Amino acid sequence: MTELVEPVGPGAGPLRPRGAGDPGEPAAAPRWCDRCGESVAAGPHEACAAARALEPPRWCAHCRRRMKVQVVPTGWSAVCVEHGEIRG
Amino acid sequence: MPEILDQARTQVLENGVGLDEAGVLAVLNLPDEHLPAALQLAHEVRMRWCGPEVEVEGIVSLKTGGCPEDCHFCSQSGLFTSPVRSVWLDIPALVEAAKQTAATGATEFCIVAAVRGPDARLMKQMREGVAAIRAEVDIQVAASLGMLTQEQVDELVEMGVHRYNHNLETCRSYFPNVVTTHSFEERWETLKMVRESGMEVCCGGILGLGETVEQRAEFAAQLAELDPHEVPLNFLNPRPGTPLADRPVVEGKDALRAIAAFRLAMPRTILRYAGGRELTLGDLGTRDGLLGGINAVIVGNYLTTLGRPATADLQLLDDLKMPVKALSATL
Ligand code: SF4
Repeated sequence: MTELVEPVGPGAGPLRPRGAGDPGEPAAAPRWCDRCGESVAAGPHEACAAARALEPPRWCAHCRRRMKVQVVPTGWSAVCVEHGEIRG
Repeated sequence: MPEILDQARTQVLENGVGLDEAGVLAVLNLPDEHLPAALQLAHEVRMRWCGPEVEVEGIVSLKTGGCPEDCHFCSQSGLFTSPVRSVWLDIPALVEAAKQTAATGATEFCIVAAVRGPDARLMKQMREGVAAIRAEVDIQVAASLGMLTQEQVDELVEMGVHRYNHNLETCRSYFPNVVTTHSFEERWETLKMVRESGMEVCCGGILGLGETVEQRAEFAAQLAELDPHEVPLNFLNPRPGTPLADRPVVEGKDALRAIAAFRLAMPRTILRYAGGRELTLGDLGTRDGLLGGINAVIVGNYLTTLGRPATADLQLLDDLKMPVKALSATL
């Protein structure tokens, strides 16, 4: 289960980049697969989704930056310099 | 009953003498219908020479990614296009990870770094980290920091690190196909120094790197020659961006054959399930391995990938009536 420190990632709900818009404004949908870093629109990512059961995300789903990921025995955290941290 | 299993019953189960390379190869080549008998015998060997306890361990990456070496299976090599970025764990987070590991009932906590060998910064982090864990957490500390100098071996002993992991990864004849930036012999050198220092030696590897069945048998024999206290057995989880990204995962039955064969080669070692078992064996196969020679597990997540929740493994051990080894039994 993913605990969102700042909302980001496919299936994790929309994201508002830091400093962008006000809370009432519609937020951007994830554009990049957080496992392979390719476009979400370019095709199905079923294999990526299956693999993610045993892997943390590596790519920011909103800007395609590689995230700094720390895995610990009971969880993980992934930080995008632009879009903040997510945890699982 | 195949001849090799009859031979193993006398030689390994009764006399505690492991199978040689030819014997291991015969087990690895057993047809499917004899696999249950091989697993049953390996389980009896484990119960006779190690007992029913299972050693539980957690591992954590102190320094992830950016490694200068080129181990072809590894997502932490800085030489491949792997998405894994370099990151350091700070001391409070390291201590917290040790606490969480101890809370599962684990007796071992292994601190790992993606390096060729430790530099001054890493040794300082280790000194502070190990001291902080020993002050706050009841758990044995192990380490895996690559190739060591004699001074570093001595320093780890002084810190209170009781076991050192340094995997040979694969057999001598296949090693150059997997790693070109250092040699099998360099790894062996570190293992020799660790052994002589009095630290426990933990040395295993990964199956499914493209080695032949004969090379798997060669690997078991070379590990048996080293006679490590613990052998972690990984199954390749092909990582994106690495040279082995497109390799198939090991077939479940081949993995179980290997578990039985490695146990019959090393009746007294701690044979630990490490990475890749979720992919290769799933839940059912995991159970079969625990009833086929395995007597230790890594619980929770690995270094860059995720494992089953610790509670699932602990429940399985409970179902199998296999007690978790207590800390007092390891001191
Ligand atoms: S030395 Fe260790 S961390 Fe570095 S590439 Fe090899 S296996 Fe990976």
